[in-house]
Amino acid sequence: MAHIELNNDLPGIRGLMAYRPETEVPLNFLAETLLRDDNNTLSRGERELIGAYVSYLNDCFFCQNVHGAMAGHYLGCDIQQIDAIKQDFKTTDISDKMKALLSIAASVQKGGKNVTSAQIEEARNNGATDVEIHDTVLIAAAFCMFNRYVDGLATWAPADRQFYTNRAPRRALEGYQSSVYK
Amino acid sequence: MAHIKLLNEELPGIVGLLNYRPETAKPLLLLAETLLRGPSSLTSGEREIIAASVSWWNQCHFCHTSHAAAAAAHLDSGLGLIDEIKAGLPNTPVSNKLRALLTIAHHVQKGGKNVTEEDIAAARLEGATDQEIHDTVLIAAAFCMYNRYVDGLGTWAPQANEAYKEMGERMAHVGYGKS
Repeated sequence: MAHIELNNDLPGIRGLMAYRPETEVPLNFLAETLLRDDNNTLSRGERELIGAYVSYLNDCFFCQNVHGAMAGHYLGCDIQQIDAIKQDFKTTDISDKMKALLSIAASVQKGGKNVTSAQIEEARNNGATDVEIHDTVLIAAAFCMFNRYVDGLATWAPADRQFYTNRAPRRALEGYQSSVYK
Repeated sequence: MAHIKLLNEELPGIVGLLNYRPETAKPLLLLAETLLRGPSSLTSGEREIIAASVSWWNQCHFCHTSHAAAAAAHLDSGLGLIDEIKAGLPNTPVSNKLRALLTIAHHVQKGGKNVTEEDIAAARLEGATDQEIHDTVLIAAAFCMYNRYVDGLGTWAPQANEAYKEMGERMAHVGYGKS
């Protein structure tokens, strides 16, 4: 049960967003811009993967499953493949650019000062642009917010991981804008 | 120097990043405006103290000093508040409710699962409402984002407290994303 009375039984961040519509608007505006805006050279799947990976590092069950399912939907991967990336992306067949960006995201998760010039260099050497590095840092940072929001208020999450996979196609279609986020 | 080539390297902290990427600046500024200056039964001064404290615990000099300066502007307390926040406000006249909310914020800063039933009960005992607890958790979580954004891209920041006086007044009295 959540730490506060939400007056709804929606899981994870959805219960919090229904509880406080004033803060729901900028939060979904941010998610939509970071993860779904097509004016971006990182694909939606790559950006969702960064979100899922950071949520895994923060041990946030709801967020890692929602965004892991979204990444799987866009990238054509099943739960096992997404789990393998979260657990040890270095041994998977994702691109070297994504490996370098996930390494930056992991440092951001620990704290901003953990990102090193060598990591930035590695990302650039594998073809990452400055905007892609910027967006990786911001997506990783944003999930350090979303994860703390969801777990800091002790929201509940469906335990059946298929629930998240089943919802992903509709979320991909409708996006995170507040008008459709119910 | 920042990790990426910004459009204007003279702009400090998050200001240079917001200028670099206007698409993401919009939701980030709207979120700050809503959390720190939007409708809430917590005063803007209290909310800026939560933001500055979390930024201090995250060792983000730019965010800590600028938001502490904004708190000082709201409370008309003088810039001494910047260092008082670093010390944990031992002698600053703030309510026991705010102190209990700061304990929750500190636990959020370490990770969401660190917030305990006891933390929540203690805040309620000092008169905190559910919405105030909600807003405290979200402000603390949001600054775990802003701080990582600012430091993760290696932005520069002015050192001295005095350098943040005008910035804090503008944040407090004009707002975020407004000119």
